[in-house]
Amino acid sequence: MSNEAFEPKLVGFLCTWCSYTGADLAGTARMAYAPNMRIIRVMCSGRVDPQFVLKAFKEGADGVLISGCHPGDCHYKEGNYNALRRHRLLSKMLEQFGIEKERFRLEWVSAAEGAKFQNVCNEFTEQIREMGPLSWNGGKNE
Amino acid sequence: MSEENKIKLTINDKAIEVDEGTTILQAAKALDIDIPTLCYHPILEPYAACRVCVVEKITEDKSEIITSCNTKVKKGMVIKTDSEAAVGARKMNIELLMAQAPAADVVQKLAQEMGIEKTRFAIADPEEKCILCGMCVRTCQQIVGAEAISFIERGKNRNVSTPFGEVSEACIGCTACAYICPTECITFEDIKGRKVIHSEMTLGPSTAIRVPIRQAVPMVPFIDEEACIHFKTGECKVCANLCAKEAIDHDMQDEEIELDVGTVILATGYKEFDASRISAYGYGRFDNVITGLEFEKLVNASGPTGGKILCANGEEPKAVGIVHCVGSRDERYNEYCSRVCCMYSLKFAHLLKEKTDADIYDFYIDMRCFGKGYEEFYHRLLEEGTRFIRGRVSEISDIALSKEEEGKLIVRVEDTLIGAVRRIPMDMVILSTGLEPSMDHNKIAKVFNISCTQDTFFLERHPKLAPSSTFTDGIFLAGSCQSPKDIPDTVAQAGAAAAEALALADRGTFELEPITAEIDEDLCAGCQVCVNLCPFQAITYDKEKGISVVNDALCKGCGTCVSACPSGASQQKHFRDQQIFAEIEGILIE
Repeated sequence: MSNEAFEPKLVGFLCTWCSYTGADLAGTARMAYAPNMRIIRVMCSGRVDPQFVLKAFKEGADGVLISGCHPGDCHYKEGNYNALRRHRLLSKMLEQFGIEKERFRLEWVSAAEGAKFQNVCNEFTEQIREMGPLSWNGGKNE
Repeated sequence: MSEENKIKLTINDKAIEVDEGTTILQAAKALDIDIPTLCYHPILEPYAACRVCVVEKITEDKSEIITSCNTKVKKGMVIKTDSEAAVGARKMNIELLMAQAPAADVVQKLAQEMGIEKTRFAIADPEEKCILCGMCVRTCQQIVGAEAISFIERGKNRNVSTPFGEVSEACIGCTACAYICPTECITFEDIKGRKVIHSEMTLGPSTAIRVPIRQAVPMVPFIDEEACIHFKTGECKVCANLCAKEAIDHDMQDEEIELDVGTVILATGYKEFDASRISAYGYGRFDNVITGLEFEKLVNASGPTGGKILCANGEEPKAVGIVHCVGSRDERYNEYCSRVCCMYSLKFAHLLKEKTDADIYDFYIDMRCFGKGYEEFYHRLLEEGTRFIRGRVSEISDIALSKEEEGKLIVRVEDTLIGAVRRIPMDMVILSTGLEPSMDHNKIAKVFNISCTQDTFFLERHPKLAPSSTFTDGIFLAGSCQSPKDIPDTVAQAGAAAAEALALADRGTFELEPITAEIDEDLCAGCQVCVNLCPFQAITYDKEKGISVVNDALCKGCGTCVSACPSGASQQKHFRDQQIFAEIEGILIE
């Protein structure tokens, strides 16, 4: 498969209060962004179970985004800090599995940052497109 | 005891009994006998400088002319305030003052009242106003406690000055000397160049204790700590001494009051854009470049000019410019439109037309007359002859290129309707400053756990469907803390916010979100990982059963415990693991 034809599949877990509303704002403001991002709404970025990320990679995602409220802005006080800790740990684990840690992103997008969400999506899509499709051993055997 | 301290005396054949230590002047006042004074003020120690208050003291063998303001009463005193000798001496002293300070209006007025036409003495300086009453010196020493000014030199050279006639370090710029001066010899402008502490007001002095505006609610004065002399020198307290109700307490401290409430409406308002940030408009450099709020104060009937529209030199302006969009619709400052400026600018233009004969220029980018009756008002202004120039003002300067521009403010603007750059001389320019969120908006947002938009106005729950609620239950928004808005819009939103807050409070019960966590008793191993993770302390450990239990009323449904549960016993309603797994599978189907 040549990289030009490759369209990455991305899964985004967005917290309902900040990032999902931010994505909504990008939508109502008619900001176009890469259609590669498939969004799953969760109540809080702290709800994102590491299993969800692994499941997404297993089902064929080329990249996973977790997006929550900015530090200090969490609707549930500190869920985004839990997400941050899990992201650190899980990134290390993914590397051991042979998945590049760049494929797993954590971003803070507030409800007012429609434009930032647009940027994050476009940038992440572009990055994964350059990296190519996910292969479980980092593409070394291909 | 008090009987012993009473002293009996006679003034103008009327007997009176007063306390020991009373002055003759005060005793006379108690009898409604008027003795003219120039250097006397009830809050100052008497000084007997003007000698206008002289009276005749008659004893058995002689009569004596004495000053009444600083002479204490004595037992059996006989005083005449209107005898030939007393009036003669008084007239003579007034004539001397007329020679000393021919330009002092109070002296001329007093002379007229006394029937003196002109002074017999030689006038040294016809412009002199100072009568050397020493009120300013005494005020500075006794009231202010700064001791910045004093009498210098002697005899005919005696005058009031700072040490060596230089700007005094001791002067705190309180302007009390100018205030107390009876002849306007010391003016506000004399002190203005120094450390003036009334920094807030550019349109004339104001007092440190004042009612903020005539329409203030509650209608109670406050003390501006930065301007109050007491907080500079520890002295003064004149206001507290004069207040009959003893309502003024300089030692009052801010106190924090804790209230238990169920709902909160945020109506924290806005901050006016600081016009001095646009240096090209010269706000702060030119006296006649003022902001909208300053013009509002100027045109107010209870304002410093009594509602007259005057330039800084006291003359009525012949040409007035109103600059729209100062700090709004400008990439360098705020991109958004402040909404209210167009309409208040039109109101200013209308008031100017009504009160002055000035030519009025409105410099606008677009006229935004969006409200009920607003467009009609704009048309009325067009008919009234206000000149509307479409274009953003690039500069306001005082550099004249022609004779007619001399002494004027020159507004440079590109008139986009005729396609030319114009220079228009003005006497006064009003900057229609925009609205900004107050400085501590981000802090307030943190306290109430709500979000701000990029320009730090508070973010509403939904722009159309929930414009006065926030993402936090029970917190509502009203007014320009949410976005710039005019009075009708603010009132409408405030009403909505109040109704929503009341609806919650009145019901007394609260509907819980259906999304909460639940723990499967059969799966829970009682590890208690979730108990410590819960940010709302909604999970407790049931020792008897050996499992963790969720309190539905406390659980907000964030799902933090669910993602941490090692056995999958904790599940979030509507966001179960299986549901999300299915969702992942669904969205990733080829």
